[in-house]
Amino acid sequence: MATLVNHPDEVKIVSRRFGQGAANIDRYLELDGYKAVQKALELGPDGIIAEMKASNLRGRGGAGFPTGLKWSFVPKESAKPKYVLCNGDESEPGTCKDRLIFEHDPHSVIEGAMIAAIAVGSHAAYIYIRGEYRYLLEIMQKAIADAYAKGFAGKNIFGSGYDLEVYWHGGAGAYEVGEESALMESLEGKRGVPRIRPPFPAVVGLWGGPTVINNAETLASVPHVLLMGGKAYAEVGVERNGGTRLFSLSGHLARPGVYELPLGYSLRKAIYEVGGGVANGRQLKAVVPGGSSTPCLKADEIDIALDFDSTMKAGTMLGSGGIVVLDDQTCIVKFALRTIQFYRHESCGWCIPCREGTDWLQKSLKRFHAGGGVAKDIDNIRYLAENMLGRTFCPLGDAAAMPILGFVKKFREEFEAHLDGRPCPFGQHDAPHALPVLSH
Amino acid sequence: MADATQNVTLTVNGKTITAAKGTLLIEACKQNGIEIPAFCYYPGLSLQGACRMCLVEIEKMPKMQTACTTPVAEGMVVQTETEKVVQARKSTLEILLANHPLDCPVCDAGGECELQDMTYKYGAGESKFIDIKSHRDEQQWSPVIFYDRPRCILCYRCVRVCGEGMDVWALGIQNRGQGSVIAPNQGGKLDCEDCGECIDICPVGALTSSTYRYKTRPWEMTHTGTVCAHCADGCITTVGVRRSDTGSEIVRCDNRDRSGLNDDFLCGKGRFAFDFASSKERVTTPLIKRDGKFVAATWAEAVELVAARFKKAGASLGVIGSNHTTNEENYLLQKFARTVLRTNHIDHHRTADYPSFARAIASSKAQTASLKDVAAASAVLLIGGNPSEEHPFLAWQLRTAVRQHRQKIYVVNAAPIKLKKQAAHFLQVTSGKEGEFAAAFSGDAAALAHLGVDTARFDPFTAALASESSLLVVFGSELRGAGIDKLVATFAPKGAKFLCLGDYANSRGAADMGLFPDLLPGYQKAENSGLALPQMLDAAAAGTFEALWVVGANPAARHADVNAFAKPFLVVQDMFLTETAQHADVFLPASFAYEKAGTVTNTAGDLQRLKKASDVHGVKPDFEIILRIAEKMGADINALVPFRGYTSADAGQSRGPQSGEADRNAVFTEARGLEAKTSPLDPTITLEEIAQTVPGYAVSRLKLLAGEAQPTTLVQIDPAGIASHSELIVPARNGLYASGTLGGYSETLRAMGATHRAAEPVGAD
Amino acid sequence: MKFSDQLEARFAGMITHYPARRSLLVPFLLYSQDEYGYVTDEVIAELSRRLEITELDIRNVISYYSMLRTKPAGRFNVQVCTNICCLLRGGEEMLAHAREKLGVQVNKGITPDGMFSVEEVECIGACSWAPAMQVNYTFHENLTPEKIDKILDDYRSEAAHK
Ligand SMILES: Cc1cc2nc3c(=O)[nH]c(=O)nc-3n(C[C@H](O)[C@H](O)[C@H](O)COP(=O)(O)O)c2cc1C
Ligand code: SF4
Ligand code: FES
Repeated sequence: MATLVNHPDEVKIVSRRFGQGAANIDRYLELDGYKAVQKALELGPDGIIAEMKASNLRGRGGAGFPTGLKWSFVPKESAKPKYVLCNGDESEPGTCKDRLIFEHDPHSVIEGAMIAAIAVGSHAAYIYIRGEYRYLLEIMQKAIADAYAKGFAGKNIFGSGYDLEVYWHGGAGAYEVGEESALMESLEGKRGVPRIRPPFPAVVGLWGGPTVINNAETLASVPHVLLMGGKAYAEVGVERNGGTRLFSLSGHLARPGVYELPLGYSLRKAIYEVGGGVANGRQLKAVVPGGSSTPCLKADEIDIALDFDSTMKAGTMLGSGGIVVLDDQTCIVKFALRTIQFYRHESCGWCIPCREGTDWLQKSLKRFHAGGGVAKDIDNIRYLAENMLGRTFCPLGDAAAMPILGFVKKFREEFEAHLDGRPCPFGQHDAPHALPVLSH
Repeated sequence: MADATQNVTLTVNGKTITAAKGTLLIEACKQNGIEIPAFCYYPGLSLQGACRMCLVEIEKMPKMQTACTTPVAEGMVVQTETEKVVQARKSTLEILLANHPLDCPVCDAGGECELQDMTYKYGAGESKFIDIKSHRDEQQWSPVIFYDRPRCILCYRCVRVCGEGMDVWALGIQNRGQGSVIAPNQGGKLDCEDCGECIDICPVGALTSSTYRYKTRPWEMTHTGTVCAHCADGCITTVGVRRSDTGSEIVRCDNRDRSGLNDDFLCGKGRFAFDFASSKERVTTPLIKRDGKFVAATWAEAVELVAARFKKAGASLGVIGSNHTTNEENYLLQKFARTVLRTNHIDHHRTADYPSFARAIASSKAQTASLKDVAAASAVLLIGGNPSEEHPFLAWQLRTAVRQHRQKIYVVNAAPIKLKKQAAHFLQVTSGKEGEFAAAFSGDAAALAHLGVDTARFDPFTAALASESSLLVVFGSELRGAGIDKLVATFAPKGAKFLCLGDYANSRGAADMGLFPDLLPGYQKAENSGLALPQMLDAAAAGTFEALWVVGANPAARHADVNAFAKPFLVVQDMFLTETAQHADVFLPASFAYEKAGTVTNTAGDLQRLKKASDVHGVKPDFEIILRIAEKMGADINALVPFRGYTSADAGQSRGPQSGEADRNAVFTEARGLEAKTSPLDPTITLEEIAQTVPGYAVSRLKLLAGEAQPTTLVQIDPAGIASHSELIVPARNGLYASGTLGGYSETLRAMGATHRAAEPVGAD
Repeated sequence: MKFSDQLEARFAGMITHYPARRSLLVPFLLYSQDEYGYVTDEVIAELSRRLEITELDIRNVISYYSMLRTKPAGRFNVQVCTNICCLLRGGEEMLAHAREKLGVQVNKGITPDGMFSVEEVECIGACSWAPAMQVNYTFHENLTPEKIDKILDDYRSEAAHK
């Protein structure tokens, strides 16, 4: 349903089958489907993990953890059943790529999850899809049923003697459930509150069993790694950042859309060439490079490579690959307010710094943007965000604080321009009735 | 779980410390005098890592770590007071206070609030926050429990203590983020056991009780840790008292003392049901019946009349003692009855067959268990009883032991009692046949048939039970006479310990002190047996008794024939005009547990000290009343209470306008810390005599006075001649919302019972 | 209570997916909501019985997930995203337009005919096609006020035909 776009710079690996009817299992088979899993059965766990390590595939969910290494943490022997869990909760604002995979190539996720399962000796994989993506859940249900019908899933897959069940599971609206330990809680029928770590999921996960959790795109990339060979996959990207990833380009771009670019591709080119540049002839003000939780880059900071290490060096993150472009008419304060509104709404509420910090930030920014700001607010906002960093129970607190800190640091003058009851320079102020009453 | 057999060494703030492997860092630091602040961490409950107050720096870890979730490790290097750590604490408090109402001046927790203390200590004095605080209205969840969301810091202690601790699971967390609230299970209302644990565990004033809220400031109260007046478990409760027109008023009971066996446990009765003490129905002047009506009298008049009538009655006098009065009072009562009144007609309401238990233990040289043993036991056999309802602390201990060290519980019961959930094995047997379990276990086929259990259920149960290497046997009042003998004889050879469950705060003490017509203190056979309670009442109804003396009991609640109380000259010592007291010719207003000193013995035989916490003008402890009667009868007080020196009972008058003069002796001696040595009313003198007379009561006086429960034993008792009188046992079966006659005078307890599931049948004592 | 045949079949199908029964709770609650318009007290009571967890526990879970509700919404629940990507491309105007056109308050209220309710939602995964909304589960993207008018009119007439 979502519109597909193309650009010559794209390297189509994980999106190779998009637009080709691959949700149909027969069509998927024509397009090399379910070959990789058979190869995996031949390779065996050690062989698979070696290929994965060689591929330099890093997690596409946000943290960029090396996938092969993650799988190798799962103990070989376990008294409890092991599980594979596909994270299809895709909720980070700016990110809409897993959606395309589920829509156009659901079997690649199933196949990737199966390969992960074989690699760690698991006999059950769960594919968790966010509740809003109901149509994708239905596509996935059908895909799984088709895979069972062909004997690819269930008992004795491909006649190998290996049993492997594949299940679908739907969420019901909660960003925090994308966090891996909260995801397990949710799948266990509970509130999406993260778990204390250690123990990590690879050791104690779903229902107490060792569990591999990967993002949907990560898993969809896995069959390609095996088909291409780990080394060849790695070579598509740059050092330590193997392969391609799907970038969701959005905001004030002439040609927003989801594009598959090799890791290490230039951010500037992604904006000006792939995305068609800033829309309506405006100028670039800022870019949020990896989903709403990543600190923004100013217009003069975009000459960096899109890979995990380069973005980190630039003081931000590649995150979930959601590139949000802001033009020069955007009010940063307003944008910051909308960002924190999201994190406040999505905080699970478990820990103090996150629950109360996001609330406080929202209140301050709301008042501030509505013209009720006082000078010390700017420092207070910064103080608050700094004091949330690294102190919360799970990374959601960081995800909320980091972008705000970035905005205040990089666009302080824009905050100052809102002071003393002056209206928003971009005319984006809230109606006066939205002004909260002050208690000071 | 900490493993005491293996130690690890780590460095905290440059200091080398050792701790058992598996100990949480926060505990290891505490054991070594290094305090790490925490809200959500609570010993014994599941870990949360939610409040983030305990963040510390650990070498090689890029981020600060929560000390509440990190076990110690060999070579770990920890810093708990760096600038970074201190700033983290401070900012967490600031962030928390942003939405927290600063209504400390009127908040119930003001002065004893962990948030207040931490803010004071870690400094978040200046508020950076200028926006409107989020507000929600306060809610009343039950007759006793209120919740104020704005004050709640969401530490989830209440949720955990209710679920994990109480196994009630009546509290949950709803919504998310800043909208999170603690939610009761019935849409704004609570259906629970009203234990109030959630209130005491709340670090701030978010959960408050109807009995205490907005009544006083904590520093206006005097706090005394004493023994709970209700069931036979003997929890220590901290009684908070403030001055009032009537002398003093109890405003709160809680478990903050934490010095007792019960640590931080207290049930709803212990916590909330103290209001009978200041009930409007309480009588505080002696009453004499003239022309069928009670007329107020002075103590002198009343005591003189009683003494005269007792003299006249001679041995034609029956004495009924109490399950609530202290050991010293019970001991003195029987001594006075036997030596001065020269009657053997003395008895009390028996709720458990302690004499048979004493006989069985002594015959088998078996060991009695202290309540302390329950937590540590690896396996427990529970036959009969219903601890969750009738022995809440025992039930708490069992649950805790299952949770914390996987204690195995074997339940034999006629009903699927609540503890079935924690039980490793459960055996439902025919009601009334619980006593045959031991015989069936030993292979008696007839007994097995009586139990009504087929071998398919019985064999796995007994096989598992037989495999236990150490066992604690706990049994309810269903077991009596020969049933107890068989039980003890069966399991004693395997080294089991035994615990017999009775009903009231000093039921066990009453038995141990010889409130029996045929048994002296320590279950020694009396030369001549007097009449047991029912026979006494029959005799009184038949007019053969001249006088009847009821000390702190209410036999009329269980005895239908009014003549038993109407015919004899009836003297009643009590707090209220109970069913019995209404027939009294003389009513003497008595103090209750929290208003006197002495000792009581819980159902497991643990001896504990009652400390005087409160006082009401006009009433007197039973001990003093007995002595006053004795003195008026011309008895040798020094023989009754062998203290050295003074011999006049008047020397120790209690305070208050009613007594006509100030208690100069008390004032004088108390001021010099001498009370324990100079007054005939000092119960410790009697305790000394008890220690010499009653086998098993020669415990460490030092430890007892220091507040430590001292287990008494039944070992040196002569089992010969202890007869079983199973027919005399009338269990009270007080549930969570009943506490005999006293409970009926607690409005709070009545309200709790009314809103919860149908209260258990009230058995008056 | 007895679930509808369709729900009953779902229950039977899903319960076998998990080693622990309560795992089906979250998706099943959403399916029951699709069936009855919201999560009803009866459903909660029935699930409490079947899954052997307390009703409180189920309510704790329901209140956590933003898609689950215990009160009815309109037959067509118009969920407009105003999160950052939509914001940049007019999400707030779209929300205001939908609200004004339907004459209901955001996040509360249903049109008098019971047809529509309007919700402001967080990112729905349509960032590259912003501004976007979902009507029930159907995505509508690259919105303009005119497009919204047409979409809502289409729903109304679709309902009228049924
Ligand atoms: C608050 C929060 C939300 C997250 N949401 C998602 C998500 O929606 N999808 C996802 O794949 N990973 C998400 N993650 C990352 C996961 O925790 C986890 O790292 C990831 O699923 C691992 O897969 P990968 O190694 O393949 O990236 C989130 C993390 C956090 C802290
Ligand atoms: S989280 Fe809490 S209490 Fe806790 S200690 Fe830890 S932070 Fe604490
Ligand atoms: S609620 Fe999870 S980090 Fe705050």
